[in-house]
Amino acid sequence: MEFFRIKRDIPFMRHALVFNAISFLTFAVAVFFLVTRGLHLSIEFTGGSVIETRYAQSADVGKVRATVEALNYGEVQAQNFGTSRDVLIRLPLRGEMKQTEVVAKVFGALCKAEGGQISSVDVMGKGPAQICQTPNGEQPLTLQRSEFVGPQVGEELVHDGLMALGATIVGIMIYLAIRFEWKFAVAGIIANLHDVIIILGFFAFFQWEFSLSVLAAVLAVLGYSVNESVVIFDRIREAFRKFRKLNTAEVIDHAITSTTSRTIITHGSTQMMVGAMLVFGGPTLHYFALALTIGILFGIYSSVFVAAAIAMWLGVKRDDLISASKKDVDPNDPNAGAVV
Amino acid sequence: MNRYPWWKYLIIAVALLIGLIYSLPNVFGEAPAVQLSSGKATLKLDQSAVERVRTVLKEAGLEADFVELDGTSVRARFKDTDSQMKARDALGRSFNPDAQDPSYIVALNLVSRSPQWLRNLHAQPMYLGLDLRGGVHFLMQVDMKAALTQKLDSLSSDMRTLLRDKDIRHSGIRRDASALIVRFRDDAAREAARGVLQSNLADVVWVDGTDTGGSGDRTLVGTLKPTSERAIQEQALKQNITTLHNRINELGVAEPVIQQQGIDRVVVQLPGVQDTAKAKDIIGRTATLEVRMVNDSVEAQAAQAGGPVPFGYERYMERGGLPIIVKREVVLTGDNLTDAQPGFDENQEAAVHLTLDARGARIFKDVTRENIGKRMAIILFEKGKGEVVTAPVIRGEIGGGRVQISGRMSTEEAADTALLLRAGSLAAPMEIIEERTVGPSLGADNIAQGFNSLIWGFAAIAVFMVLYYMLFGVFSTIALTVNLLLLVAVLSMLQATLTLPGIAAIALTLGMAIDANVLINERVREELRNGSAPQSAIHAGYEHAWSTILDSNVTTLIAGLALLAFGSGPVRGFAVVHCLGILTSMFSAVFFSRGLVNLWYGRQKKLKGVSIGQVWKPQE
Repeated sequence: MEFFRIKRDIPFMRHALVFNAISFLTFAVAVFFLVTRGLHLSIEFTGGSVIETRYAQSADVGKVRATVEALNYGEVQAQNFGTSRDVLIRLPLRGEMKQTEVVAKVFGALCKAEGGQISSVDVMGKGPAQICQTPNGEQPLTLQRSEFVGPQVGEELVHDGLMALGATIVGIMIYLAIRFEWKFAVAGIIANLHDVIIILGFFAFFQWEFSLSVLAAVLAVLGYSVNESVVIFDRIREAFRKFRKLNTAEVIDHAITSTTSRTIITHGSTQMMVGAMLVFGGPTLHYFALALTIGILFGIYSSVFVAAAIAMWLGVKRDDLISASKKDVDPNDPNAGAVV
Repeated sequence: MNRYPWWKYLIIAVALLIGLIYSLPNVFGEAPAVQLSSGKATLKLDQSAVERVRTVLKEAGLEADFVELDGTSVRARFKDTDSQMKARDALGRSFNPDAQDPSYIVALNLVSRSPQWLRNLHAQPMYLGLDLRGGVHFLMQVDMKAALTQKLDSLSSDMRTLLRDKDIRHSGIRRDASALIVRFRDDAAREAARGVLQSNLADVVWVDGTDTGGSGDRTLVGTLKPTSERAIQEQALKQNITTLHNRINELGVAEPVIQQQGIDRVVVQLPGVQDTAKAKDIIGRTATLEVRMVNDSVEAQAAQAGGPVPFGYERYMERGGLPIIVKREVVLTGDNLTDAQPGFDENQEAAVHLTLDARGARIFKDVTRENIGKRMAIILFEKGKGEVVTAPVIRGEIGGGRVQISGRMSTEEAADTALLLRAGSLAAPMEIIEERTVGPSLGADNIAQGFNSLIWGFAAIAVFMVLYYMLFGVFSTIALTVNLLLLVAVLSMLQATLTLPGIAAIALTLGMAIDANVLINERVREELRNGSAPQSAIHAGYEHAWSTILDSNVTTLIAGLALLAFGSGPVRGFAVVHCLGILTSMFSAVFFSRGLVNLWYGRQKKLKGVSIGQVWKPQE
């Protein structure tokens, strides 16, 4: 099998302006939604409580919400989580009450609403557990998971998250600047930050929950799609050396065309894994996989159409890579002509 | 050109062997076990405990797969949960004859089902995080400011005593935020005080000042030295952790994790525990110490025997079971206790030495002077229930704030009591700032979901690679399998905690690692397209793809390291696996897969073609 049978270099750069305009537009839209809607941050960042319960029968979310609202704990969010039997309840932080008791109170109220009673039972081998039981011995609902995060932790996580993002950007820029040239470093990082903003834009538009694991996905994607740019930059440098008659735009066209096959297959393979996570990973991995999917798709786009174009606008010339090409005469040099 | 020297094959063989051995325990799963560990700081388990467990089990007619000492605990593995429960009861009866005061913790646990020879190699399965096995997680913040304030308060009372003893006149001592301020009428008094304070209180730096209150008094302003401040905070944290350990032991959790995080936080993880309410109750408990006078009158003796307790008195149980009647009035509380250490008295009998702060010392001196011949009780309150630790007879006036408790105590009991007195209360208040509970069924769901995504994703990639690259696709798939094997082996060796984000990271890392093989295969095809001979195409393909692979892995690694440095909790788990996966993928995708290719094609001198799928050549 051979998917990509490209006879001539595709003139990507002739349409560079169009691509950049599209990028700028999506970028602007993403920023617009980020500003107007904001991210729906998970309680890890904002502080608050999350309670996940599993009902024996299909849960009535409206009833659950009403029951919890009656406790007066502020704005309650209740929604199905994965299946119709699982309900996820989110509660905000409220200064005046003891947060650590909220979970027990909410579970108690939900249990009562189902006609049950909380009792402490010694589950075999697992120590005592709080379960909800009706008089006839049924368990109408069980507590699957609960989480409480205080305000201190949230602030710190936002700070650490931004630090991690900053460290990644600076680290990658330094690496690209050493490996290639500052223009490539700038082009690579702009192209991939534009991916990050677009992922965030999606999360803002759909109000998907932005949690710690989504942040991890975003950073992993950043590192991953930068290497896409690296492959293309590598090829640009090689083409500058090999085809002395081509101008910059033609060199870039050649580089992008010759890496297309690898780009699509690699991203396709990674996406297969991520797709499996999206399908089989359950609700916990859902947004993580979603962030990766968006990141991978836009990563292809931005590396191919944006990064090289920006490098071109920044005025990458054959002369910029002359010092590199001198060194590359040495056949044992590890930097020599990395190509695909 | 495509041949490896023998030592490269040896490296591959050794890496594979080690990878197999250390990832193997994960396949066997877990078996029910009973874990016996010490419930008291003074009690250490050794080989004799193993023998004792064996005898107890034999007497109960239970057959354990093995009984072994593992660090500080004894573990016995069983075939089924039924004998596990029976063993727990039998061991509990034998080791803790007094259920009220257990010296040992007998807990149910799960241990690896792997065979003995693997255990001898210290090959253990990956440690599962709370989100996979279920349990409770707390993050607690220690109020360091309170620890410092407490110290400053006790220092200010020491200062008062010091200045009074040396007859130095001052017009007031107060604590202002984090400073101690002493006011003086004249310079002479200030100079005298400075000398005394500097030589006696090493933790404080003194600076001259004038009172801001308007009186124009000269003042000495004392602040804690930064080193002392740090020492006090470290001490407070350490003591809080000790206290938490003692309390959590009561829950009978098999493998609790109690760790310092950062400079002022403590993480508590209790795998398997479902009852947060009880866990919180025990963790958040405050134990306090009180000293009260004992009533030994006839009335009181009647009350001891079960009669009515006289007005103004209370009945408490002494250790060992005898009731004691004590006054309601409290002489001293644990707030005045600064230290408790086990030791010996002048008769070489075991004793506990208590150190009181200045105020406590003064009160103690007065009380002991007035009550010679009477008994005083030291009562420890835990969970609102008081227990008399000891009730010695006062033989004479005790001054200087150094108190000794002795009599009818073994050395272990002395050490135990000292620990209890010292660690019975928290050095600084703690607040739960993060709490997470995961039910056991959710943990099982998480494992299944993580595992399924990994398997299906892997299968999809494998099928595609084999279809698209034929034999080279098979090599790539084998290399990817080896990557997974090595990654699991490294994680098991490091005993890193595997969480759901960790499983996701394994999947993602594999999905990204295939990139290296795609790069190589594409490059080999390209060489073939340009008309290279098969052998040189393979050679050039691997050589030239290497630097690109290195580049792409470095950028991914930068992001991984940033996450590792700044991430916490679940993100850290993700980052650890991600970074390790990138490293193992470099070995498997390049070095190992080349070895496979060399083994297959390298020997054939007249190689006609390679099975790498169709190589399409543009027709001009």
